[in-house]
Amino acid sequence: MTTTDTTQTYGTLETHLRSRRDAGQKLLLPYITGGFPAEEWTQLIDGSAHAGADALEIGLPFSDPVMDGPTIQESSTLALSQGATPQSILDQVAMAKPGIPLIAMTYYNICFRMGHRRFANALKTAGVSAAILPDLSLEEMAPWRESAASEKVETVMLAAPTSGDARLQKIVEAASGFVYGVGLVGITGERQELAESALTIAKRLKAITDKPVLIGVGVSNPQQAREVCEVADGVIVGSAVIRRLLDGGSVEKAIDFIGELRNGLDKG
Amino acid sequence: MTITNSSSVMGDPDTSGRFGQFGGRYVPETLMPACLELEQAFKNAWADPSFVKEFHELLNGYGGRPSPVTECHRLSEQLGVRILLKREDLNHTGSHKINNVMGQTLLAKRMGKTRIVAETGAGQHGVATATAAAFFGQECVVYMGEVDIERQKLNVFRMELLGAEVRPALSGSRTLKDAVNEAMRDWVSTVESTFYCLGSVMGPHPYPWMVREFHRVIGNEANAQCKELLGGDVPDVVVACVGGGSNAAGIFSGFADTDAELVGVEPAGGAAVGSGIPGVVHGSKSYLMQDEAGQVQEAHSVSAGLDYPGVGPEHAHLADIGRARYEAVNDTQVLEAFEMLARTEGIIPALEPAHGLAWIIAAAKELAGKTVLLNMSGRGDKDVAQVQAIKAGDPVALKTMRP
Ligand SMILES: Cc1ncc(COP(=O)(O)O)c(C=O)c1O
Repeated sequence: MTTTDTTQTYGTLETHLRSRRDAGQKLLLPYITGGFPAEEWTQLIDGSAHAGADALEIGLPFSDPVMDGPTIQESSTLALSQGATPQSILDQVAMAKPGIPLIAMTYYNICFRMGHRRFANALKTAGVSAAILPDLSLEEMAPWRESAASEKVETVMLAAPTSGDARLQKIVEAASGFVYGVGLVGITGERQELAESALTIAKRLKAITDKPVLIGVGVSNPQQAREVCEVADGVIVGSAVIRRLLDGGSVEKAIDFIGELRNGLDKG
Repeated sequence: MTITNSSSVMGDPDTSGRFGQFGGRYVPETLMPACLELEQAFKNAWADPSFVKEFHELLNGYGGRPSPVTECHRLSEQLGVRILLKREDLNHTGSHKINNVMGQTLLAKRMGKTRIVAETGAGQHGVATATAAAFFGQECVVYMGEVDIERQKLNVFRMELLGAEVRPALSGSRTLKDAVNEAMRDWVSTVESTFYCLGSVMGPHPYPWMVREFHRVIGNEANAQCKELLGGDVPDVVVACVGGGSNAAGIFSGFADTDAELVGVEPAGGAAVGSGIPGVVHGSKSYLMQDEAGQVQEAHSVSAGLDYPGVGPEHAHLADIGRARYEAVNDTQVLEAFEMLARTEGIIPALEPAHGLAWIIAAAKELAGKTVLLNMSGRGDKDVAQVQAIKAGDPVALKTMRP
């Protein structure tokens, strides 16, 4: 069963991703942690776009990131210890003009503390098109959705391998921007091999929605990205990017890696 | 007696798992199906007389219930306040934690889950979980902050003796909050085979409700025992320490529908109700110590079991509607109370319930002539080495103090 949205007009992010996908492109969405590395991180915004990212996910670090593994935890802790705040990151984002849509990823308390409407407005003001709030469940999201919609901010929804069919249906209906298929039962971090569940969740989602379906968590290299894109519309790659920054690496190395991911997807 | 109803002040939460505006279910989608499944499984079990019977048989035959209520003659005379203690310190494993743990591991068995994960602060919940897992033959992994591992070495060894694996939480403040993060990350990764045995009335629905129900036995027993002792009356005031708030929820539930005043006592350095503002962490909305941006702040308390920046959502609600009040005491007061109970009554309390006593001592004027029931949630064996080191002026131990 495919849900086709005929009456809806899509937001900035979804319009952009749909048009690139419909033109035959596999979608690449790197994740970076806002405020890390302290001085240079904003170079990653333009750099990602130049290296071929179709959109960029920017983390607003939170003190207790329960969906994140050691790599993203460490980058968050470093950013916070150097004074990064949601607003300081958004102020820096506002000055970037990468030409691709930006998505803020953070935990719900950051949004709740600022206030739903103010948070949505802060994203819009910074030029951020959409939000990902991994601990805001379908059941709890109504107040945020209303505020987000009134500020024209899209809400990306997570779909997990553990979600039953009925929940998946509700999730894809509630999602805007794209649907984030969680590639494995677990937290963010690199894995040696692509989990079987990445392909399964991609197939299940593609069967019920024509919204862009991107798979993240455990997608670690160009080979795995290509593999999952045989089914999915695109990938989100986070820890593998952040590790290159943590390992005493440079912003250039991380950007080169994003380029490799682009090449990998284009070859497929 | 385990049946609750919504007409009680501490009745069932609403269908979204809320007590007033607090509670709910704020977890990654990966865990949502497990939370829904757990809610259903708990509802079924709690309505099943054979489960309830088995639960109470375990608490009695294995856990040592019912726990007595002890009248503190010498202390009462000294303070001018009649003090009764509900002796959860006499339970197997030395604290109230065993009630909840026997309930959850029995439920895990019923659900066919063979691996148990838990977080622990002081180590009491970890020891209780390791104990129950040994009893049922379940695999057990306990996450504990690195700082707490250092100050509760004996409990770490006890858990290992019981066959559990203790994994250090190395991130953030390396205390209870971070142990919860690690346990949740484990659960996110193993949810299909693993039961998360949460140690207090916190976390996503149904935990705050389920954990309180498993501890309701404390309040039910105490209500009957007090009436017996007081010629049909209930105490004027019921006092309990509050970390996440499970021992308090247990004893409050037996008196919420009476005239007794309810007082929760928090550490000054971790007073979520006293100084927190509404926030969302670890699966539910409640009062939370946080900065202007919403970053969770680190709690500081001499007692590892109360070193938590949040509080169970039902306590936030009880505070909001004015049914319970929440007071704070500092570490110096706590150590004084700890020694005072030892000397006057021959009972060495855990540092956690010593908070309750510290408040009674501080409020003795206000309480003069009244009858006060204090939940003695645990015994002090685990804390003796730490208190000894503090008294000896050991610089590392002193660092755990906030005078
Ligand atoms: C003896 C004792 N009392 C109280 C607590 C605090 O937990 P809660 O607030 O859930 O009762 C602990 C926690 O470790 C404890 O060991």
